[in-house]
Amino acid sequence: MLDTMLKTVSSYGRDIDSLINLIYGVTGFFFVALQGYLVYLLWRYRRRPGAGASDQKGETWKELRWIVALVAVVLALDLGIDARSARIWKLVKEDMPEHPDLTVRVNAQQFQWSFTYPAADGSFDPPAAVTASREMHVPLNKKVLLLLRSKDVIHSFFLPAARLKQDILPGREIPAWLEITEVGPTPLACTQLCGVAHTAMGGSVVAEAQADFDHWLAGQRAATSEEAR
Amino acid sequence: VSAIFSTDHKVIGKQFLFLGLLMALVGAFTAYLIRWQIAHPNVPAPLFGVVQYGTYNMLVTMHGTIMVFYVAMPILLGSLSNFLIPLQIGARDMAFPKLNMLSFWVMVLSSVVLLASFFLPGGAAAAGWTGYPPLSADPRYTGVPWGVPAWLLALALAFASSTMGGINYIATVITQRAKGMTALRIPLTTWCLLSATVIFFFSVGPLVAGAVMLLLDCLAGTGFYLPERGGEPLLWQHLFWFFGHPEVYVVLLPALGAVLEILPVFTRRPVFGYRTILVCLGVATVLSYLVWAHHMFVSGMNFKLAMPFSLLTILISVPFSAIYFCMFASLRKSAIRFEVPMLWALGFLSTFLIGGLTGIFLGAASSDIFFQNTYFVVAHFHYTLFPSTFFGGFAAITFWFPKMFGRKLNARLGQLHFWLTFLFFNSVFWPMFRVGAVGMPRRIADVSQYSFLNGVAGLNHFITVAAICLILSQAVFFVNFFYSIFKGPKAEANPWEAATLEWSAASPPPHGNWGPSAPVVVAGPYEYSQPGAPADWMPQAAVEEPKIQKQVQVKQAIPA
Repeated sequence: MLDTMLKTVSSYGRDIDSLINLIYGVTGFFFVALQGYLVYLLWRYRRRPGAGASDQKGETWKELRWIVALVAVVLALDLGIDARSARIWKLVKEDMPEHPDLTVRVNAQQFQWSFTYPAADGSFDPPAAVTASREMHVPLNKKVLLLLRSKDVIHSFFLPAARLKQDILPGREIPAWLEITEVGPTPLACTQLCGVAHTAMGGSVVAEAQADFDHWLAGQRAATSEEAR
Repeated sequence: VSAIFSTDHKVIGKQFLFLGLLMALVGAFTAYLIRWQIAHPNVPAPLFGVVQYGTYNMLVTMHGTIMVFYVAMPILLGSLSNFLIPLQIGARDMAFPKLNMLSFWVMVLSSVVLLASFFLPGGAAAAGWTGYPPLSADPRYTGVPWGVPAWLLALALAFASSTMGGINYIATVITQRAKGMTALRIPLTTWCLLSATVIFFFSVGPLVAGAVMLLLDCLAGTGFYLPERGGEPLLWQHLFWFFGHPEVYVVLLPALGAVLEILPVFTRRPVFGYRTILVCLGVATVLSYLVWAHHMFVSGMNFKLAMPFSLLTILISVPFSAIYFCMFASLRKSAIRFEVPMLWALGFLSTFLIGGLTGIFLGAASSDIFFQNTYFVVAHFHYTLFPSTFFGGFAAITFWFPKMFGRKLNARLGQLHFWLTFLFFNSVFWPMFRVGAVGMPRRIADVSQYSFLNGVAGLNHFITVAAICLILSQAVFFVNFFYSIFKGPKAEANPWEAATLEWSAASPPPHGNWGPSAPVVVAGPYEYSQPGAPADWMPQAAVEEPKIQKQVQVKQAIPA
């Protein structure tokens, strides 16, 4: 059912996929077991002449022991899933890199994305900082800290192949981080209904070797100062 | 006129049913247009024309609103509670019949306001059925000036209607029970309807407060949700989901109640674990208020809130899995009759299971990072709400139809309708999990804008064809339903040999339900296949009260 997922391209993508596969295994087992058991029950206990039904009401602990045992199994599996989930959540959402290799400010607005790269001194003020639209470039295998901002309504920054999603609330700056491990473009979509042209709010993130990235950024800076002049 | 403006709970129950079915047609039409646009972006849809982006946003908003508040709520809570609660507990009518009538007509007004909002300048609300501000709070952002205020007005009326109904359901169960109808003899349907009402009552307050603030933001220029005016967009999400998650159980529980009622009748054995199920209902009612933020893992709320809410979400699987296992146990050692209501009940068991299991992908916060707001979520909640509203709803309609209308539905057409619906429902929503796994976002008006979705264009096309087939299959139901109301063979009082009180009244029951003699309850609701009994079932009402006493009661109960 989940074989259509895009191949993951981020450092933590494999962790998230392993959790998804774990849940898939557990729920898949219960799906097959319970649907199978249901079909068996329907066939086994279809009404036949001469065969009556039980008067069992399931009110004693002895009768209920199977129910209790099964619920305990469900609870234990759920807790196991959640324990795994908690570790990954901490990695992806709570522990932001303290010394990121690059910090990019992601600006969302109706209906476009833009990405601001800081000046050498870390400042996001123009003209030293440069802003690219629709396409974000990042260096390969480097930890990138994203500072997400919205100008108007709620947007959501979603990179399906990187397994990263974060809503962006106007009036705040929300952090996220990313380390892409495969060269090439990966799709970006807005996943929070943001107005008439919400559907047009796509984009992409391009991961490339550090040298190529530096070259691209220099080109952007040159173009920006050209415009400023 | 007295047949239309009736205070008889049975008439009001039927009126809610007709209203829900009518609105379901509107909801189905919006679904058709949404699916058409996904399969054939920007190609004119037959019977409508090109679905513009703005119109698409209105359609997804209204589809969700209509299906939850104008189809699921009237059919499951409005219709079933009104029709069944007095009949199942042995009351002659609701505690407050006039309030009950008002409840229905306010709902009609609400539906008219909602449908009229399509024709307002700028059109209907287009901010999603969840109405997240700032998008919903400032008309500049959607370009729809009056949609959100009209949407809020319609919802306010709907909630007023549900509140009036709910007061009645609770008061009736507490005060109007027949002699001998002790708490542990109340049928599970009535218990479930009561739980659903309680869940609704204690969750709707915060939403109403939130809605007032949203209305003020729209019309009075306040900024409760607008950061540039010192407001907080997340506030709405907390208030909305504090209501929104319990609302899922408001829809689920009546369906569950209907299925629990149908299982013993067609298995000819008692429900397994009646008291366990009651305890689970109580636990689920309390826990339903404590899980709301699992809709908000990636919303930007404090990241440290995710794990507590993830754990609470897991806890709520305990009562529901226990109820599920009890229902499976109720099929063991039984003698199953595959009548049409039983098919729907079993269809509910089979399909809702998928909704429950796929919820784990979303309740675990880290996998939700990926799945949130993709079509996986759409598939998941349709696997919970569709089984509740339609499998549960059709189970209830086909089961109680003889009691409601005094006639029988055609069983062949009923079987055809079930199998077509079962087939096409799964054909629509199963592939949607695959589409969601690619990462297709919800609520995008034009799939062709995303090249990474090209691979699932075929699947999307298939889903659309299946959705149209699913909608068209419902014609079988409507033909059977309306033909049988007028021309179906006459039904006896108890065609299914069921034990609960409603089957001791005539089909259809007269005004006042039992004529001069009120029932006296002497047994539990599910006394099937008991040793020593003359038949494989024992009615709850076995003894009739002496006649003189009754005539006094009738005078009190039925105003001339």
